[in-house]
Amino acid sequence: MDSVTPRLGILASRVRYEEKSIMAALERRGAEFEYLDPRSLSVVGAAPREAPSFVFNREIGHFRAYYAASALESAGVTVLNTAAATRVTGDKWHTSAALLGAGLPTPATALAMTPDAALKALEEIGYPAVIKPLVGSWGRLVTRVTDRAMASAVLEYVAALPSPQSHVVYLQELVPKADRDIRVVVVGGTAIGAMHRRGAEWRTNVARGAVSEHCPLSRSHAELAVSAAAAVGADIAGVDLIEDEEGRVTVLEVNGQVEFRGFQEAEGSRVDVGDSIAALLIARAAA
Amino acid sequence: MQKITYAAECPECASAVTIEAEVRVSEIIECTDCRSELEIVSTEPPELALAPEVEDDWGE
Repeated sequence: MDSVTPRLGILASRVRYEEKSIMAALERRGAEFEYLDPRSLSVVGAAPREAPSFVFNREIGHFRAYYAASALESAGVTVLNTAAATRVTGDKWHTSAALLGAGLPTPATALAMTPDAALKALEEIGYPAVIKPLVGSWGRLVTRVTDRAMASAVLEYVAALPSPQSHVVYLQELVPKADRDIRVVVVGGTAIGAMHRRGAEWRTNVARGAVSEHCPLSRSHAELAVSAAAAVGADIAGVDLIEDEEGRVTVLEVNGQVEFRGFQEAEGSRVDVGDSIAALLIARAAA
Repeated sequence: MQKITYAAECPECASAVTIEAEVRVSEIIECTDCRSELEIVSTEPPELALAPEVEDDWGE
């Protein structure tokens, strides 16, 4: 047994298909790891000697994932993805800002500090547009607005939400696209595969019933996905690309806690995501 | 091949829930009687709790 592998911890409050496949791959490779439940985690001072010195963060809740990573890093633990990457990928505006800062193509986006300002910003972006919560996933509460009257009604609800953060409104142009998008999975700076997500609904989230299909990974898509993951600082990411009616490809989202059940089913034996991630973890833990 | 399973009580409806030997702690299973989502809180001994509700910041 490699003497460095026991230093690896896996942090997750919910063990799903993804965590199970990564843990199984680690076991197949003979790597020891410690399962850590963030619900019983507190960090005081430096990490004790017997604690894992390298933690793979798979916590499903964004805020707990970010603060756990930050606290562990402050205690001297190496965390993957880093706390900084988790902060960026868990927040749609931070992600957009990182993509724009790196000069990568992404849909026209605005951040309005109040619902009233959002209504004005929508006049610039034009309709149809999309209002998205800054934090959240699986397409929840992502709302397509087709005209000012609809936007005004939606923003009235937004204004009534209790959280101050909810009143900062993220807006994006709705890119006319085919009924599918492209999900590229990036592990350690390499695009390991791609799939189409096709759905009858305009939100092509697997969580909303979109169907996953294998997609040959083109060099340009691979390069764009790797650049997007690098822009947000993520070692492991699921990058969503969309192609508009003129064939221009833009980066829609970068997911730092990538779910890959549908991806793995679409890829079949072409790629083993759990094993690719396990290999990266073993290499990084030994570094 | 013989399949090893364990039994635990559903915390919602008190039915006997079958747990496969290869489950991991913090995995979610479903009670076949009441359909509650249950979290494996321990495998030795097998112990179940109601799974946490999905929160707004959950996801990828």
